[in-house]
Amino acid sequence: MDQKSTITETSHAEHPTAAQYFKVAMILTVITAIEVGIFYLEFLGIWIIPILFILSAGKFALVAMYYMHLKFDHSLFTWLFVAGFILASAVVIALMVLFKSF
Amino acid sequence: MSQEHIDSNHEQTSTGLNHRKMLMWAFLGSDCMFFGSLIATYLVYKGKSLSGPMPIDVFDIPVTSVSTFVLLMSSMSMVLAYAALKRGNMKAFRIWLASTAIMGATFVGFQIYEFSSFATHHVHVDCAHIDESKMTELELEVAKDCKPDDHHISKEVGLKPQTNLFGTTFFTLTGFHGAHVTLGIIWLLSIFFLSFKKGVVTPAKDLDVDLAALYWHFVDVVWIVIFTVVYLFGVFEGF
Repeated sequence: MDQKSTITETSHAEHPTAAQYFKVAMILTVITAIEVGIFYLEFLGIWIIPILFILSAGKFALVAMYYMHLKFDHSLFTWLFVAGFILASAVVIALMVLFKSF
Repeated sequence: MSQEHIDSNHEQTSTGLNHRKMLMWAFLGSDCMFFGSLIATYLVYKGKSLSGPMPIDVFDIPVTSVSTFVLLMSSMSMVLAYAALKRGNMKAFRIWLASTAIMGATFVGFQIYEFSSFATHHVHVDCAHIDESKMTELELEVAKDCKPDDHHISKEVGLKPQTNLFGTTFFTLTGFHGAHVTLGIIWLLSIFFLSFKKGVVTPAKDLDVDLAALYWHFVDVVWIVIFTVVYLFGVFEGF
């Protein structure tokens, strides 16, 4: 067997630079500040829930893609994590429907 | 290249991917399900407590926002520590790694403060100016104790795991997250002290730090979900 093909790879592309990591941190900080700001806007009413949900999903994706390097690593790592995340989300939704918690 | 020269990061595997890293991702996927079930339990029992305190009575969003910011910044310092190690800059690596552990400890400190303030929560009522439209159910309950000559009354209504369903599910969820953070701090500090031992933490063995970093970022993303679902959604009756 070809030695080259069996040697494990831990990364597939260049990881971000320190400046890019800092930019991601600033974006995360701004999103968190927006979340907290929106929290106090009473006129938004029930619309606050989808807005906060989208902002939170954005933060989750940024950390997973850039800090956890899923954007740059092998896709199998992404699937291992996403499979668990989808199952977890399904459990949350199923239990909430079952117990009429919406 | 001979087998002897293949370092621990580049062992031969059937998938071509490092088994330790794959195992870590499988663990993180399973930990998603663990936290998913705790979050589901919290949401299912949300608003079903028979007595207070409720989330609106005890949550202090500005304080929790600061602790969230600290944890997000710790993720940044963790990636900077890993990047420094890859460059072979051990001094920067140790500084960023220690910063990460310190910020993690700060987050746990915030959580201890929050838990203790919840457990000794006091409700203050201005008996002379009672406006029922602006008071929570718990405040109205305490206001019943107002006597004609009372100006203010204060009553301790602490939130503990055994107080109500909110207390049980909230402390279980955030307590397990705090335990994950604490374990992460111990892991990071172990790497920090081992880095002073020659040949243990080196750029060639960066996978050891990469795995700890993955775990650390995972506790960060779990907190992103908890902060939104438990704290920010916590005060909305419609959710």
